[in-house]
Amino acid sequence: MRTPHVPEMLETRPPVGWVEVHAENYLAAGGPRLAALERIRRDLPLSIHGVGLSLGSAEGVDATHLERLARLVTRFQPALVSEHVAWSVNSGVYFNDLLPIPYTEESLALLCRNVDRVQTVLGRQILMENPSTYVRFVASTIPEPEFIAELATRTGCGLLLDVNNIQVSAVNHGFDPYRYLSTIPKSAVREIHLAGHAVLDMDGEVLLVDDHGSPVTQEVWQLYAAAIQRVGPTPTLIEWDTRIPPLATLLDEARRADRVLTKAAAPVRPVPEEKRDGA
Amino acid sequence: MVHDLQVAFGHALLAGNAEPVADALVSDHIPAEKRLGVHVNNVFGLLGTALEVAFPVVCQLVGTPFFRMAAQAFVTRHPPSVPHLAVYGGRFSDFLADFPPAAGVPYLPCVARLEWARIEAYFAADRAPLDPARLTELPAATYPELVFQLHPSLRLVRSPWPIFLLWQAHQQTPVPPVDTTSGGETVLVWRPDLEVMLTRMSAGDAALIAAIAQGATLADAATAAAAVEPEFDLQAALIGHLERGSFCGWAQ
Repeated sequence: MRTPHVPEMLETRPPVGWVEVHAENYLAAGGPRLAALERIRRDLPLSIHGVGLSLGSAEGVDATHLERLARLVTRFQPALVSEHVAWSVNSGVYFNDLLPIPYTEESLALLCRNVDRVQTVLGRQILMENPSTYVRFVASTIPEPEFIAELATRTGCGLLLDVNNIQVSAVNHGFDPYRYLSTIPKSAVREIHLAGHAVLDMDGEVLLVDDHGSPVTQEVWQLYAAAIQRVGPTPTLIEWDTRIPPLATLLDEARRADRVLTKAAAPVRPVPEEKRDGA
Repeated sequence: MVHDLQVAFGHALLAGNAEPVADALVSDHIPAEKRLGVHVNNVFGLLGTALEVAFPVVCQLVGTPFFRMAAQAFVTRHPPSVPHLAVYGGRFSDFLADFPPAAGVPYLPCVARLEWARIEAYFAADRAPLDPARLTELPAATYPELVFQLHPSLRLVRSPWPIFLLWQAHQQTPVPPVDTTSGGETVLVWRPDLEVMLTRMSAGDAALIAAIAQGATLADAATAAAAVEPEFDLQAALIGHLERGSFCGWAQ
């Protein structure tokens, strides 16, 4: 939920199952945003999605920022709290971008340490989101899905599977997104993100950029259907953060995701024994 | 190793140049420098947008291309230090004052200070304004010794330029002409409830509020006000502040 949609959300109360907000947009002492979120929260479950904890930072987690996040979580009692496999802070500078980490034993260990600390301070499980990446590091030795699976195993964190990010990274680095999907430990996935991406032409080569500024693409819808088939019906969010469209456009996208979820749910719903023979 | 890599990555981002991390990145069908460019664009683009949203009148005064150029220079020199963009831009006014390309618009830093005060008021702590009826609980004889608490959102912005007129003009379309030689203005910015408010203060009223902000008693604050505005009407000023919600209580 982005601020331009808040008045309409409050006025029309569209039939959405839950909303997600960026933690960093709600860290102020007071003001209209927090007041509006209080009103939304009365009616809807909330997911708090952090973009600034910088859990991939070798410097560790900033205590002040974590403290602020903890207060927000205490106040709003969200159903889910999530962050990213990325870093954004170093030497006192916040880069306001989700920056990539090399996939090595060292970075896995420090990421696990940081996730452990957050889960301890918040007293709950957090979900970690797979990143969209543009660069690869010479030092990386572990494939990304294995790295993320190991993170979940070691810390007990859940996973926020961003299907668009898989597609973006798959095109940017030339791997098979369906193979990636098959490596993700399905029992750890608690939430799914969908979003649109931009297509950059790099002298005839394509680079996808995860800008959350357009409708979800056909390839991502297909990958999403495969993801739901693998992990089962899972709360799904449409992210749209730049060139924000009218709320109705966003709700259309959410309904489309709902149809995929409903379709997937139907065959796995347990059928009572006595009705199985058509009796 | 990861720490060194992140330091180098940060330098590369702010310099917009892959050289510090060139050896650490894989180059394939797309050169690493171009791949890194996505992050450089993200950093400068998103922070520039954050500044544009925080300083809309400054942006209108200089035009978007100039604003983006200034924002890029500001981000390079003063990148954010905390992951909380509501507090990013507090130094933009000082930066503009020392930014030679902006020297032709001498009131620009003051307008930026006014816009920043609005941002601070917007995100300030919530407090109910003082109910004027509560003052009747006090014996009138104690009023001179009262030390009012200013509302946490309240800010006073002084300028040798007509910043209130300038700000107001830029809330309209088309923007009416503003006589920038009409003299300085002091603006009170505050948010009694959910909406940020602005009003012009007389010299005496501004001195009154400035003194109260320093913890002065009402009597001392009134003396400070009368010193800069001999005709200062204390009662009218107090009624004004109680009506608009400038105070949220008094020190016990």
